[in-house]
Amino acid sequence: MAEQIIFYVLAVIITVFSILAVTSKQIIRSATYLLFVLLGTAGLYLLLGFSYLFAVQIAVYAGGIMVIFIFAILLTNRPGENVKSELPIRRLVALVTSVAGLAFCGHIIYWNVKKVIQLPLMEELTPQKLGHIMMGTDKYQYLLPFEMISILLLACIVGAIMVARRR
Amino acid sequence: MLLNYSHPLEISNLTTWLDTTLRSSMPEFWVLFIEFALVIVALLTAYAVIALILIYAERKITAFFQARYGPNRVGKWGLLQSLADMIKILLKEIVKITRSDRFLFFAAPFFMIVASMATFGAIPFGKGLLAVDFNIGVLYVTAVSSVGIIGVLLAGWSSNNKYSMIGAMRSGAQFVSYELSAGFALMTIVVLAGTMQFSELIEGQRYCWNIFNGHISSIIAFVIYLISGHAETNRGPFDLPEAESELTAGYHTEYSGLQFGFYYLAEYLNMFIIASIATTVFLGGFLPIQVQGWDAFNGIMDFIPSYVWFFAKTAVLIFLSLWVRWSFPRLRIDQLLNLEWKYLLPINLVNIVVMVILVLTGLTLKDLFGII
Repeated sequence: MAEQIIFYVLAVIITVFSILAVTSKQIIRSATYLLFVLLGTAGLYLLLGFSYLFAVQIAVYAGGIMVIFIFAILLTNRPGENVKSELPIRRLVALVTSVAGLAFCGHIIYWNVKKVIQLPLMEELTPQKLGHIMMGTDKYQYLLPFEMISILLLACIVGAIMVARRR
Repeated sequence: MLLNYSHPLEISNLTTWLDTTLRSSMPEFWVLFIEFALVIVALLTAYAVIALILIYAERKITAFFQARYGPNRVGKWGLLQSLADMIKILLKEIVKITRSDRFLFFAAPFFMIVASMATFGAIPFGKGLLAVDFNIGVLYVTAVSSVGIIGVLLAGWSSNNKYSMIGAMRSGAQFVSYELSAGFALMTIVVLAGTMQFSELIEGQRYCWNIFNGHISSIIAFVIYLISGHAETNRGPFDLPEAESELTAGYHTEYSGLQFGFYYLAEYLNMFIIASIATTVFLGGFLPIQVQGWDAFNGIMDFIPSYVWFFAKTAVLIFLSLWVRWSFPRLRIDQLLNLEWKYLLPINLVNIVVMVILVLTGLTLKDLFGII
């Protein structure tokens, strides 16, 4: 019962702040509302028992990406000013795109929910086990994608330095 | 009554007794509910009381370093000074700033205090005095403490004051940089101990603390952790965000009353948290000093309750932090960032590799001398 209550509280937090993040007129407030959404998602992971994902969600999104977002917003011109409303035609395009996205995601979720219910319960995911999964080369182990991502990140860092140094 | 007579002073006796009494008379749900509520109340009280003690200790020790008396009027030896300050800060008016973002202005201190509180909750204070024991404990602590910086950035922005803003930006840059070093230093010890769970980390250090176990590498990691932890709390020689005369008090210039109190409290408690994480990870946490084979000595040491050991070790580290604070001149912002990115981080990365080699080739003290 307690889990149900916590789930509904988190769900309400996520929904309300998602809507606020999109409808807010000030960009810095949008960022703050988005932060609440990300924290709520972290709470969902904790509720599911994935404490590793919970910590990573907070460290990467709340502690890393959101700080960068806020830094970037603070460095832009007049972050406190209200954003102007878009043209009607662009609003229409945005509406169509979001409805299409919703339909796409809804389709995937609808067809996969039944499969998820039939999956066996997972045992606790310890950091040791996770390390073996990430760093192994056997079946269902992911060394190659892991290294690919690190190369991608390295390329991003080098690119960022190049962009920043060009005067 | 399940009193364990070999450790009569442990608080875990009391908690075990409470748990059995509640369970004998109530359904599971309500037992858990009451226990959670008690844990929350205990942690909040501990948070406030430790802050008061730290403020008094800091003022006295600072006075000692500067050859003054320190607080000595309120109560015997000024003991009630920080209590009086607390009452004053609670009664002060909360000033509203015109043309500022009211919502963010009020929300910002909560980020700071919640992040600090969530980290505080994960500290093992003694045997059985551990509120949460995640299997990713070390990662949890580094992750949750990083949320506090958002409070600083938002405070700086929503104060509608360019000095607060500059202070916040500096504080943000400093925190983001030094967080990296602190995390890597902790990871070095995770490599050594092979676990991130606090209870296992402590249990593994019974006869050989991690700082001795990994000798060279551990000591380097310990020093780096203390430096970067010190920098993370914006104190000591690293208090640039609020230091330079043109910045007044940095990001919390516009805050008054309890809201300022939140920042003040969080700063002191972060000092305590850094010290206690260092104690837990490097210095054996709440375990007493024990030597393998000396059973009589171990028995005597074990008689001293675990929380006394924990607070004693933490107090030594806090004293060290204050000593550093009043001994070194303040760094400039470029020196501060150079120290992190050009010295600490490369040293740290090499240090992790050294630690991996030590562990793989069996050159840790435990392997060399066959300590359990």
